[in-house]
Amino acid sequence: MTLALSHFSAALLFSVFASVVFGITQRNTTRDQIRYGLYCFAMFVGGVIVAGWVMWLLRR
Amino acid sequence: MANPPTTKNETAATKAPAQPVTVMSVLAPAVGWLIPGAGHLIQKRWIRGLLLMGSIVIMFALGLVLEGHVYQPNGGDILDILGFVGDVGAGGLYILSQAMNWGHGAISHATADYGTKYLIVAGLLNFISVADAYHIAIGKKP
Repeated sequence: MTLALSHFSAALLFSVFASVVFGITQRNTTRDQIRYGLYCFAMFVGGVIVAGWVMWLLRR
Repeated sequence: MANPPTTKNETAATKAPAQPVTVMSVLAPAVGWLIPGAGHLIQKRWIRGLLLMGSIVIMFALGLVLEGHVYQPNGGDILDILGFVGDVGAGGLYILSQAMNWGHGAISHATADYGTKYLIVAGLLNFISVADAYHIAIGKKP
């Protein structure tokens, strides 16, 4: 069985799993874990979008 | 002017206290490495353990399904060595993939390299999870 993801969906899935682990392991209370996980996810996805636009500008 | 000499008691007070070696402080990281998330589960951190297990196992499985490359133990290129170090962090999943000869097929599409990265990062995330299980075991984290 094989799977072919697009670049964006692969980055999105990566962000979800990494954010869950970062949130749980890097903070102590449940509330802080959820907040930090969401923060990491936003940073991952935001970074992907910013990097995409930077590459688009470089290509022009 | 020279610094005043410190007494033996002052030096001892500034040092961090040694962590006691308990059965759980050894068992939790070992089990957590072998089965991702299990280090938390044996300490009754059910939700955290299941979330960690789900994230790491799904990420590793996706890496295999995406036709990622599983690195073998090697002494060659530095990137290959680091790839192996990352992969081996997944513990039992890495051992299983080696036993089943997964991750050695021919790559048939351009995004398969994501699979390789998924496999490495799943292992690295498990290292973080193992460290967290240890911190819980020694009482450094609730």
